[in-house]
Amino acid sequence: MSGTQDLPAILIHRLPAFNLLFKSKLHNHFTLLYLPLDSPDSTHSFLSRHAASVRALVAVGPTPVNSQILDLLPALEIVVCSSAGIDHVDLSECRQRGLLVTSAGNAFSEDVADYSVALLIDVLRRVSAGNRFVRAGLWPQHGSYPLGSKLGGKRVGIVGLGSIGSEVAKRLVAFGCSIAYTSRKKKLAVSYPFFENVHDLAADCNVLIVCCALTDQTRHMINKDVMMALGKEGVIVNVGRGALIDENELVQSLLRGDIGGTGLDVYENEPHVPEELFKLDNVVLSRHVAVLTPESFEALQDVIIGNLLAFFSNKPLLSPIQLD
Amino acid sequence: MESIGVLMACPMNTYLEQELEKRFFLFKFWDFPDKALFLDTHRNTIRAVVGNATAGADGELIDNLPKLEIVSSFSVGLDKIDLAKCREKGIRVTNTPDVLTEDVADLAIGLILAVLRRLCESDRYVRSGKWKKGDYKLTTKFTGKSVGIIGLGRIGMALAKRAEAFSCPISYCTRTKKPSLNYNYYPSVVELASHCQILVVACSLTEETRHIINREVIDALGPKGVLVNIGRGTHVDERELVSALVGGRLGGAGLDVFEHEPEVPEEFLCLENVVLAPHVGSGTMETRKSMGDLVLGNLEAHFLNKPLLTPVV
Repeated sequence: MSGTQDLPAILIHRLPAFNLLFKSKLHNHFTLLYLPLDSPDSTHSFLSRHAASVRALVAVGPTPVNSQILDLLPALEIVVCSSAGIDHVDLSECRQRGLLVTSAGNAFSEDVADYSVALLIDVLRRVSAGNRFVRAGLWPQHGSYPLGSKLGGKRVGIVGLGSIGSEVAKRLVAFGCSIAYTSRKKKLAVSYPFFENVHDLAADCNVLIVCCALTDQTRHMINKDVMMALGKEGVIVNVGRGALIDENELVQSLLRGDIGGTGLDVYENEPHVPEELFKLDNVVLSRHVAVLTPESFEALQDVIIGNLLAFFSNKPLLSPIQLD
Repeated sequence: MESIGVLMACPMNTYLEQELEKRFFLFKFWDFPDKALFLDTHRNTIRAVVGNATAGADGELIDNLPKLEIVSSFSVGLDKIDLAKCREKGIRVTNTPDVLTEDVADLAIGLILAVLRRLCESDRYVRSGKWKKGDYKLTTKFTGKSVGIIGLGRIGMALAKRAEAFSCPISYCTRTKKPSLNYNYYPSVVELASHCQILVVACSLTEETRHIINREVIDALGPKGVLVNIGRGTHVDERELVSALVGGRLGGAGLDVFEHEPEVPEEFLCLENVVLAPHVGSGTMETRKSMGDLVLGNLEAHFLNKPLLTPVV
């Protein structure tokens, strides 16, 4: 390929399981270098040849970006992430080194919001459990199926009213739900009731949709007290990160009947899922796939390429993370 | 009113059953294995029938109940009631509109999302304990997909409102165009199916709409299309649907109703792109109570000579 040398080099950092689904488009704009994954030796020899020229790193999926890798890249200026949550990136290291960091921005928001609604309807209306019931041939024997709970009229508390949370709210309003939220700060442009903390929000709501970023402040924010405040009919949907919920307490609360049900796309120790949940019909379990549609990846490519092009031409980044 | 004989056609709701027992002389049809003997014995006591989507009052039952005055259905659809015969004999008929509209529309969206995002498959996979990291597959985005609705009545409108919140362009097919709406109108179901990716059956079941989803419609919807049926099983030619799904000519289906429910075609059971619900469109505690109250209200109004709450005939 002629002219490839003139394109800026970017280093792709990914775990073996997360091969790039979008390298074709990146090829048009950049020279792609792949961090070898087979052995530390090959990583070192690779970096000794290329590290000096690498100003941009693309971290794919949950690939850890820590001081270990950053130490190897002295010329690095920007870390471009392919996910919306960036808890796998050591942000204080990035700040100390003066690096720029970008996330997937809004690329996934619609799909994750759709998925939240899907999980919520599934839990309330027992869609997956009903599907199991029919497939097991139980319908002719049992005649009727246990009743679900109506979505309309429910008070839904959004934990983290960012881009995903706002899309969730917009959708659920059309189902006749009322919306309340908690966030780091009250959003002045929004008329939904704001709660200072998630406990007070839970006490006021029938449903919690957890879609905030995982940080030291938000780890295990959905704890036993919050679950008790939500109550026996309450439903928790988590499309953020597993560690936002104290998973052990969640399992115990479900087993005791202290909350009504839950829909989970994420878990504390993925791919491990507590086995106690497998037998419960008021639980819907998904495998961290809320963002995984071709449409999302198309949008993600545009965000990644847009951030990189902006970086190399000194223009404002599309989805920068504030490191303060 | 304790002396008025009311026949409940099949089990449908415990609350309604208890409330009927408090107010009337209730016969539960399923308690009497010998139907002929039962009808022979009680034909002159039964003045009301309470039916639903499974069993109502067909011509034969009506002929066997000479004192029948009213059929109060615990459903919005009236396909299990011989309406012509009721009209002819002056028998009143009521249903339970409005109170179940939102639930049915909610379930339709739930089925669309479950089919497109393969939610039930994902749930089954996680429960099998086989999940390994990085083991994923792409599914289809819902937001922005074109949604076609057959029958833009109460349920169809509630569905359209919800789908609009997902930025879906809406089109529809009804007997007559609704000029007040901005949605795209198609005069035939085939045209509607060829212009949308998700097709939802939300019309009532009549002679004209029986098998409204036939092979031609399914082929117009195509291998990326998804069919959702929250109407009645007989709206869909089920053999054709099975053959299209098995042959990959249709992308997927979300079904709350079946032609021979509770029997479901075996071929569905091994298809991952199909979500099967046991006819629970109105199946929430809140809504079933409201429906029960409407049935009771209609019966009481009738026997107190007051205007019916939701009369059809």
